[in-house]
Amino acid sequence: MLVLERRAERSVVAALASPLIAVALTMTTMALLLALLGRNPVTALAVYFLDPLTDGYSLQELVVKATPLVLIAIGLSLCYLANAWNIGAEGQFLIGAVTGSWLAVATHGTDAGAWVLPAMLVLGALGGALYALIPAIGRVRFGASEILTSLMLVYVAELVLDYLVRGPWRDPKGYNFPTTAEFDPVATVPILIEGSRVHLGSLVALAAVGAALVLIGRTLKGFEIRVVGAAPRAARFAGFDADRLVLLTFVVSGALAGLAGIIEVAGPVGHLQPGFSPGYGFTAIIVAFLGRLNPIGILVAGLFLALTFIGGEQAQISMKLPLDLTRVFQGMLLFYVLACDSLILYRIRLTSNRRAADGAR
Amino acid sequence: MGLAEAIVLAVLAASTPLLIAAAGELVVERAGVLNLGVEGMMIMGAACGFAGAYITGSTLIGAACGIAAGMALSAVFAALTLGLAVNQVATGLALTILGIGLSGLIGAGFVGERIVSAPHLHVPVLSDLPVIGRILFAQDAFVYLSIALVIGIWRFLYFTRGGLVLRAVGDNHASAHALGYPVLRIRFLAVLFGGACAGLAGAYLSLAYTPFFIAGMTAGRGWIALALVVFASWHPGRLAAGAYLFGAVSILQLHAQGAGVGIPPQLMTALPYLATILVLVLISRARATAGSAAPASLGIPFVPDR
Amino acid sequence: MAEAVASAPPLLEAVGITKRFGAFEANANIDLDLRPAEIHALLGENGAGKSTLVKIIYGLMQPTAGELRWLGRPIRLANPAQARAQGIGMVFQHFSLFENLTVAENVALGLPRTHALRTVADELGDISRRYGLPLEPRRDVWRLSVGERQRIEIVRALMQDPKLLILDEPTAVLTPQEADQLFAVLRRLRGEGRAILYISHKLEEVKQLCDTATILRAGKKVATCDPRRETAASLARMMVGSDVGEVRADTQRSAGGSRLALNEVTLAPDDPHGVRLVRVSLEVRGGEVFGIAGVAGNGQDELFGLLSGERLAPKAGDVVIDGQAAGHLAISERRRLGAAFIPEERLGHGTVPGMSLSENVLLTGHAGSAMVRNGFIDKEATLAAVDRITTTFDVRKARRDPEAASLSGGNLQKFMVGREILRAPGVLVVSQPTWGVDAGAAATVRQALLDLAARGTAVLVISQDLDELTGIADRIAVMFAGRLSPPLPRAEAGREKLGLMMGGGMEAAHAGA
Repeated sequence: MLVLERRAERSVVAALASPLIAVALTMTTMALLLALLGRNPVTALAVYFLDPLTDGYSLQELVVKATPLVLIAIGLSLCYLANAWNIGAEGQFLIGAVTGSWLAVATHGTDAGAWVLPAMLVLGALGGALYALIPAIGRVRFGASEILTSLMLVYVAELVLDYLVRGPWRDPKGYNFPTTAEFDPVATVPILIEGSRVHLGSLVALAAVGAALVLIGRTLKGFEIRVVGAAPRAARFAGFDADRLVLLTFVVSGALAGLAGIIEVAGPVGHLQPGFSPGYGFTAIIVAFLGRLNPIGILVAGLFLALTFIGGEQAQISMKLPLDLTRVFQGMLLFYVLACDSLILYRIRLTSNRRAADGAR
Repeated sequence: MGLAEAIVLAVLAASTPLLIAAAGELVVERAGVLNLGVEGMMIMGAACGFAGAYITGSTLIGAACGIAAGMALSAVFAALTLGLAVNQVATGLALTILGIGLSGLIGAGFVGERIVSAPHLHVPVLSDLPVIGRILFAQDAFVYLSIALVIGIWRFLYFTRGGLVLRAVGDNHASAHALGYPVLRIRFLAVLFGGACAGLAGAYLSLAYTPFFIAGMTAGRGWIALALVVFASWHPGRLAAGAYLFGAVSILQLHAQGAGVGIPPQLMTALPYLATILVLVLISRARATAGSAAPASLGIPFVPDR
Repeated sequence: MAEAVASAPPLLEAVGITKRFGAFEANANIDLDLRPAEIHALLGENGAGKSTLVKIIYGLMQPTAGELRWLGRPIRLANPAQARAQGIGMVFQHFSLFENLTVAENVALGLPRTHALRTVADELGDISRRYGLPLEPRRDVWRLSVGERQRIEIVRALMQDPKLLILDEPTAVLTPQEADQLFAVLRRLRGEGRAILYISHKLEEVKQLCDTATILRAGKKVATCDPRRETAASLARMMVGSDVGEVRADTQRSAGGSRLALNEVTLAPDDPHGVRLVRVSLEVRGGEVFGIAGVAGNGQDELFGLLSGERLAPKAGDVVIDGQAAGHLAISERRRLGAAFIPEERLGHGTVPGMSLSENVLLTGHAGSAMVRNGFIDKEATLAAVDRITTTFDVRKARRDPEAASLSGGNLQKFMVGREILRAPGVLVVSQPTWGVDAGAAATVRQALLDLAARGTAVLVISQDLDELTGIADRIAVMFAGRLSPPLPRAEAGREKLGLMMGGGMEAAHAGA
């Protein structure tokens, strides 16, 4: 029988090893699943996880896809540290894209200057922040579960986006496709490396990682966030205002998700359309946990999960593997990460009932 | 068939999956466990239920497959949250993500296929009564099952020893353990029951409600079921009322869309989600003044010392 | 009678009981005989292994080695249900009750599966009348007082007609008068031929009540003796292993001006299970130790919250710290006024269990100290504070900066006390300063409080331990049902009088005084 035994202190070794063990276990399970689907697991896993690392285009793509994941996950990690369960980042991501795009649509075809893009970014962050404020206020003011409300708002955000691009914002020259017109150059995120798709947003994501590192590790505010999440009563004793910290973490994470949304639309996508997100807001939850809510960890985890997106696409093209396999992989990974994290707090012992009986005799 | 009758029938049909899934989750939460993976278990129930029914041609076997799928996923959840004391919120999310992915994988081969919808009951004479005949005596078996389920849970919770123990475990797991009740085993069984219900609710969607399978067809119903449990303050009777209310909201918006009211259809579609948020806020505020009704151990992992 | 007891065959024998948790030995080769019609005390300090031994006898834990014998035959108790089936009943210290269930439901949960649910309420009524333990079967438990809750536990155990009844520190939460009533019930049970295992660390009551005493120290059995033939001092020596150092109550202290005051504060509780404070007034002078006695759950937690600022007072002038109206000030602002607070709950309230000591220093030190500059934490300063606390208060720990949860209760308490005292507060409010800590740490903490008062600080001590308060406090007031009595000088605060006031006889006590 397996028995959990609480460790006197959390294990540092386990904390570092747990994500690696989780990835290894997920790979093994995936290999089994692939074998079950009648595919050669070695080749399939190679297509998934090695091939994207061997050509330049895929490597650029890796950075492009990791950018929104890291941005969103950094915000989510603050929420989760404060024990505030924002699981509606996908909605904040979409709304950020919408509010930012408004300016792009409004100035389309005019001779607006270079101020458009910065203003769009601000609007996107603002939109995401305000959208995240709804579940936060619901929790702080009324005690409504932020888990459920933030998630419900994802569906609402999808519908808002759908309405706008099929209605008022639809490109009149777009052959009735549900999309806005292609954004003007002044409303587009500049490319960082000439001839690639790597854009300025990646630097923004890196800056967010750096800022989070300082915030969580060095400042009193970061300490407050961690205390509120770890022991609410101790936080009150310390004089930290839990409600304000919940609002703060939600607003910051909503702003980062919204920023990621407008960067994605004004960058790699280039116009607003339904379904432009492959579920970045949800995958970012996995990124946050795989990165153990640590900014550097999140950076690494974001790149790794970006790999699964690219690998998934390549596997679909070259091996006809279903795209849903990527989701399965991601879900399984989160399971294993959580299971392995348990090792940090507990030691698992194998005891047999027989031995206990012998001891009693 | 009059419009009113049609609406009532439609409301019953739309409410049933919510009621079944929420009833299961109510039992889980009464035992002190928060399983946020209802959406994932439901969509798996829908996919596996459809697959089972399509291959065998039997609604019954389809439903059994749906139940089995829900239980299998919930067993994974239980292993982590009960066996390894992992955070229940995060594990529930993982369950949803995994369930959506797996259901897409399994259901991919069946998208676009159709099956014969689950048969509606026909009782001679009774079913032919005007108005109430079709409403009361001519539903599919799921509808009756869902009502029996809620009544059964109510009887179990408040009039049996097992129900008392389950409530005790949810109220204070340390005390229950001290009295010698197997907290983890009771919770494990409760989680499995919740998984079975969620799977069945999903199977209803693909076997009787539509009847076909498309990816993501649960469309947030699992999450609404979770909200319903909160709305019902963990009481089975109020759960039924809440489920029918939500069924009514979703049907009304469909009819309003059909009637061509000058409101964007997207806004109408968003109505059930917005209603859920509103209800959660109002209910939570009302409860804050009346004292909490949530099981006291809800969501807190239990690790017995040995 | 003692001879008759000795000749009866043991009801339950524990032979060579050993229980190990990893490398830690909680019980080492313990023997214990329990006989019918005997009240047997199990004496020991916190952490001596009493609870572990009792959990083994009640089937909650399995021994690593050794065995239990029931009427001479070896038995194995895999779980409490089996223990209850044998005739072993248990009354827990931290009650195993369900707040949101009724009294009858709570009792039913302690009965075997075969017991019909419907008859429980009637049977419960019979038992409670027979033993003089009044209970209303249909009330929700959260509405009941501590004494009533204990009655549920006792009735629940008696419903199964136990041959052996175990009580774990039953008087810790009772007034002296309630305790006397409990003793009457226990003597009656003994008269019915039942064996009683009575766990305690209170020497006087063991001498008063028990026929036999087994003393545990650090997991080992020290002796089995007749407590009536021992003195409190000799029992204490066996329990602690050396003579207990008395605290030096410094007589040099002279009371100065008022440093902390409450003025007729009435405050509704913020959770439905809480206690309403009614017109609470008090004044603590510099250089004085002011004690607040009372049974837990009479508003002490609410009072602590009101004083600390975790709950704000209705009016600014309700709380006065060093002449400043502080009723509307948050806890950090009160700390800047020179106040310090030490709550009862060490893990989760006074400290964050999973955080290091240097981070826990910051918990109360972030306001008005050099540990935080422009919002940035000075890690070195926090570590230095940990080092100062460690050396001044002899905090034993495995490394320089471990997690709070890894410290023993006594060492963590010394850390928390040191954390506040080294900030040199003008006002210190401390709740249950020695609850659940070993005798050595308790002496250190009490001495520190006295020394602090000697330096002119106003010290307010909330405690359930009457001996502690009569030992260190200059004046003692009693909290009952959200009301605070006027203080009595130590000389006038006898145990009996305080006990009466703790049971609600406040007016009676004053009329007599």
